[in-house]
Amino acid sequence: MNEARKDDTILDVKNLQTVFFTNSGLFRAVDDVSFNVRRGETLAIVGESGCGKSVTALSVMRLVPDPPGRVVGGSVTLEGTDLLSLDEAEMRKIRGNRMSMIFQEPMTSLNPVMRIGDQITEVLRLHQEMTSKEAWAKAVEMLRLVRIPEPDRRAQEYPHQLSGGMRQRAMIAMALACRPALLIADEPTTALDVTIQAQILALIVDLQKTLGTGLILITHDLGVVAQTAQRVIVMYAGKKVEEATVEELFANPKHPYTRGLMASMPAVISFGAKTDARLNEIPGMVPSLTNLPPGCAFAPRCSLAIDRCRAEYPPLQEVDGDHFAACWRATELVGAP
Amino acid sequence: MFAYIVRRLALMLVTLIGISIIIFVLLRVVPGNIVDILFDAAGFVDPTDKANLEKELGLNLPIYQQYLNWIGGLLHGDLGYSYVSEKPALQEILPRIPITARLAALALLFSASIGIPLGVLSAVHQGSKLDYTLRVVSLSGLSLPSFWLGLLILMASVSLFGSMPIYNPNPKTWTEAFAIYAVPAMAVGFRSAALTMRITRSSMLEILRQDYIRTARAKGASEASVNYRHALKNAILPVITVIGIEAAFLIGGLIVTETVFNIPGVARFLVEALRWRDYPIVQNLVMLIAVVVVVANFTVDMLYAAIDPRIRYGD
Repeated sequence: MNEARKDDTILDVKNLQTVFFTNSGLFRAVDDVSFNVRRGETLAIVGESGCGKSVTALSVMRLVPDPPGRVVGGSVTLEGTDLLSLDEAEMRKIRGNRMSMIFQEPMTSLNPVMRIGDQITEVLRLHQEMTSKEAWAKAVEMLRLVRIPEPDRRAQEYPHQLSGGMRQRAMIAMALACRPALLIADEPTTALDVTIQAQILALIVDLQKTLGTGLILITHDLGVVAQTAQRVIVMYAGKKVEEATVEELFANPKHPYTRGLMASMPAVISFGAKTDARLNEIPGMVPSLTNLPPGCAFAPRCSLAIDRCRAEYPPLQEVDGDHFAACWRATELVGAP
Repeated sequence: MFAYIVRRLALMLVTLIGISIIIFVLLRVVPGNIVDILFDAAGFVDPTDKANLEKELGLNLPIYQQYLNWIGGLLHGDLGYSYVSEKPALQEILPRIPITARLAALALLFSASIGIPLGVLSAVHQGSKLDYTLRVVSLSGLSLPSFWLGLLILMASVSLFGSMPIYNPNPKTWTEAFAIYAVPAMAVGFRSAALTMRITRSSMLEILRQDYIRTARAKGASEASVNYRHALKNAILPVITVIGIEAAFLIGGLIVTETVFNIPGVARFLVEALRWRDYPIVQNLVMLIAVVVVVANFTVDMLYAAIDPRIRYGD
């Protein structure tokens, strides 16, 4: 990592560890995960359900429900402030202000008994010195910015009067109202219609460029990653298994899990797949986090696994310049799957 | 909305007519009327005297005729005469209403102002010692009959202060007013407070799991704002329903409480009138209670629409 890049870093997460204490035992939802986000950059976090993507995001926001969860190790530094050392009151000044988050479910993420305008006004008045009139004007302006038609009227409406796509736009308006340095989008388009998905993604990327916001985009959709991100980390069973730039990752995935994810994408012409080919799948299931195998967590599902994989967890190693993978056989894998 | 309200008012009228028929018939199905009671007490019965008295009170008429007479009078504001005191029923009932209304309002105020905050507290600190303590208190509140609680309060008052509050229509000091009104109101409202607390707690627990609560936290809202501004406003609907129903049930608790604390309100008067088969008093009082219940229900439904923008009454 060169110096110029380091200076631009707005979020630096090091060795983050989040555990959950449950009746069936302790499990590490996020295990030793490090990454950083630079100003104006999009970092995608990819993985299937239950791999720890969302918990990573909630850990950064310090919104992991406690109990049962707790961040037990590592550091999270936002614009030079160590978030894990802040008390709750100081943390509240950062949430919604310097960093904010949008969620997967626009249908349920807005308060049903508050007007859209009031919900945006609330975040403005929490973090900025504004009269309610100024805040309302700003809220309407934000709604216009996220391209909601008739923002004056929409601000007066309640969430149930808006469509799913509109509500997600309102969520984005709310999240960006205070011009945060970092925006975390947790599967922002998963719950939406395909046609709306593209619009919302384009909107997020567009606003991010305009406002210079760092973006963490959590998704399980590699298509979304290819369209929006500059860098990608792939997570599996709570661990980071690969990190690379988007071009590098798609051209040269080094972890068998990443390769599996790509192979299981529906035919994309650039990958040279035949359109009538049967869709590939990764056999097996994500292992239970309370009962992980001693070696690589992916080994039971991996066609390339050797004895060493089952015995010893592979460390995350730089396999190429700025390309990291946690696989004993990473160097043997060349080219796209 | 306007059409809905008109339709609701029409339905309320139908309900009240139904209730008037039921109470009228029930009263006459119960064996014995005031004449029987009077003559039984005398021991000797002259059938002609009895018949004369029944005729004088209009009890000899066919039942539908009696009903029509009552309703006809009611529509003219004539509630008839009390058989016992021989004064107009309206004169007997009216002065007693403020006494009971004050008690009922205080009891509801007590149950809402105690039950709702404690329910929120209990939900927010779910599983804590505070939560368990509050739940035990609320369970005891639901289990203690108000008459027993009232007796306990009176006994405690005697053993602590050597006296107990006696009703006085014009209390001179604040403490006296408190003893006369607030204490009985709390005795009767304790149950409602306990119920309100339980409903608030379970409703809040449900709401606190919702996505928009997480959104509120992600905005940087304080815990107080999350709990009261975001959660409680969503959690309050079932609580309002319960308070509405409790307002109706309160009259049952008031009958006992007014008796225990010797308060000359409507509720106790109703029981006395029932004992004497004082038809005009009982009929009209039951109608009054029915109107209160029906109006309470209507108010609850209107409050729903006021609180939750998703609820709109259309046609």
